[in-house]
Amino acid sequence: MSEIDEALRNELQRQGVWVTSMQELYNWGRKNSIWPLQFGLACCAIEMIATAASRYDIARFGGEVFRPSPRQADLMIVAGTVTKKMAPQIVRLYNQMPDPKYVISMGACAISGGPFKQGYNVLKGIDRYIPVDVYIPGCPPRPEALLHAFMELQRKIDSQKLTGASRAEHLDPAEPSEFPVPSFGEHDLEPPANRDVFHPAKIERQS
Amino acid sequence: MTPNPYLFIVIFVGVALVFPLIPLALAWLWRRFFQPPKPGAQKNAIYECGVESIGEAQIQFRSQYYLYAIIFLIFDVEAIFLVPFAVAFTGLPVGAFVAILVFLLLLIEGLVWAWGKGCLNWAR
Repeated sequence: MSEIDEALRNELQRQGVWVTSMQELYNWGRKNSIWPLQFGLACCAIEMIATAASRYDIARFGGEVFRPSPRQADLMIVAGTVTKKMAPQIVRLYNQMPDPKYVISMGACAISGGPFKQGYNVLKGIDRYIPVDVYIPGCPPRPEALLHAFMELQRKIDSQKLTGASRAEHLDPAEPSEFPVPSFGEHDLEPPANRDVFHPAKIERQS
Repeated sequence: MTPNPYLFIVIFVGVALVFPLIPLALAWLWRRFFQPPKPGAQKNAIYECGVESIGEAQIQFRSQYYLYAIIFLIFDVEAIFLVPFAVAFTGLPVGAFVAILVFLLLLIEGLVWAWGKGCLNWAR
């Protein structure tokens, strides 16, 4: 379970002995078989489709199995503008995904509302309701950007701990697996943001 | 000595049992030692398209739908029989001709009945 000493591993490898730990094996298997949830919201979904198709071929990273059911998915790619009408459904789908689950917020709209930020019906970022692992800027981001985000996610999965205080969220019984679904209020979603999840960056203006 | 011809079936059943049991046992062990189960109301929900289910699954269809079945028979199934009938029309013996006429008459009778009952009136 514990980390393997790098020098010892190299020494053993030179003698033809390959050693690994449970954590490495577990993370290696997970990071190379990320199954995304098959759903697209707007034009970013077209780029997501292009990423899955033969030219960019996300299958090289083990992520080609787009699942139509949240029960079989590990990764949610929020690809496109999230309207307030759609936000409760997305949170519900996220809640229905089994642990461990990850979220890629793809494009300006999913990050912050993007060019439609002033729209009355546009959610200003999906990270108000569910925790996001990787953000990709762009409008829309190119397939290479999505592949980069995918690799970043693989790096994150690879670095997750199996035990100890800093272990991955899905291994910690105290960490929640479901997040409250917002409801339609009179003017806005209720609540407008989940404060346990949403930690916006503080803007410090110099006077 | 030749083995019992049914031996391979026994082996097959054994493999078929063990093969799915190994991953299930591994998953159980993993859950037991590492990953705490986190069930929830939405995670365990039956419907998985993101929309909450409304009402009960055990609903009844109104028996009035039999009208649709009858009219479907008259207009749709009849057409399927009419096409080969029209193609083979000139070469048909008398018996087959009478048989298809009886069949058509039965369906036309159904149409007349549905017409008389007012099923063809546009519902307002």
